[in-house]
Amino acid sequence: MPSLKDLKNKIASVKNTRKITKAMQMVSAAKLRRAQEAAEAARPFAERMTAVMTALAAGVGTGEGAPKLLAGNGRDQVHLLVVMTSERGLCGGFNSSIVKLARLRANELVAQGKTVKILTVGKKGREQLRRDWGHTFIGHVDMGEVKRVGYVNAQAVAREVMAAFEADEADVVTIFYNRFQSVIAQIPTMKQVIPATFDGDATTALYDYEPSEEAILADLLPRSIATQIFTALLENGASEQGARMSAMDNATRNAGDMITKYTTIYNRSRQAAITKELIEIISGAEAL
Amino acid sequence: MAQTVQFDLVSPERRLASFAATEVQIPGQMGDMTAMEGHAPTITGLRPGILRVIGTEGTKSYVVTGGFAEISATSVSVLAELAVPLDELTPAKLDALVADACEAAAVNTDRDAADKAVADLHALRATAFV
Repeated sequence: MPSLKDLKNKIASVKNTRKITKAMQMVSAAKLRRAQEAAEAARPFAERMTAVMTALAAGVGTGEGAPKLLAGNGRDQVHLLVVMTSERGLCGGFNSSIVKLARLRANELVAQGKTVKILTVGKKGREQLRRDWGHTFIGHVDMGEVKRVGYVNAQAVAREVMAAFEADEADVVTIFYNRFQSVIAQIPTMKQVIPATFDGDATTALYDYEPSEEAILADLLPRSIATQIFTALLENGASEQGARMSAMDNATRNAGDMITKYTTIYNRSRQAAITKELIEIISGAEAL
Repeated sequence: MAQTVQFDLVSPERRLASFAATEVQIPGQMGDMTAMEGHAPTITGLRPGILRVIGTEGTKSYVVTGGFAEISATSVSVLAELAVPLDELTPAKLDALVADACEAAAVNTDRDAADKAVADLHALRATAFV
């Protein structure tokens, strides 16, 4: 049985924890709103880009002479997995779920006899993957200094990815991130970016192209990859805050439950102590 | 009243402008072009230059560095990687852009395109502040 003082300390400590988790929850609620706005604001560009790329890709096709970024380099041996996670922890299963999906995919590829390479974005995923897949790391993009994800950050990631592709160090590139659905649901998603795939029906409005269809396609493909990565980063940002918010909400509630439990125990033991003292006094008086 | 087209200017991070315009002057890769209502559907790449939009409420100008424009009979959408309203552009900002382009050009394998981008920016520098 813990002493009254121990219990009191324990309650005070849990109360402090609850204050912290509550504060973190409110901070991430504010950040989530901002992240969602950013994701929302970036949508028109991404949508138009995809629409145009779909039309272009359908027009040019993947035959001879098509850009490599679209048609691939004809091989399917080396897979580069870009695993995007957060820089900070305390966000529930956010990072684990991405890493789990990436691991699954990596195991699958290795079983098929493919070579797997991993590029990590965000240090939490790197830490989790290091033990099993550390030997496959080819790079890391640090987002620790980034306060607000901008297009330039996506371009930096895209540059690394494309450099690897152009140097023939990767044949297929897939990105892993969490798609934001709601505060309580983030869906780990993988998406192949090279060779580029465009889902969506090609509305073949007959456009004139200036300079030529091929030239525009070649010009836009790298941008489109950067845009896809940017979208993923933004989704990830919103998901992270959402995950943290619900994790901290749970933690706050747990702390509340613990406080109630310990307070009950504390009150009981205090009452027991008082009763014991009374009994001692009374039986002492009776003995006289 | 003149016929108008729906003009949208979007950057990867946000929508910068969206209003009705009578005339949009676009710095296309193959040369400047003006899009008005009823233009044939066209997609054109952009070169660094000034995008001028004549709207129902006056003229607005933006400096764009690259991207593309999607023109249809009723709308003009410009997807620019970087767009700055002309009156917010300072020589220092433009110099930074030129420096960036030079840096990119130094590592670019496509010499023609890289040199052209830098030359375009220099030309822009010369015309924007007169």
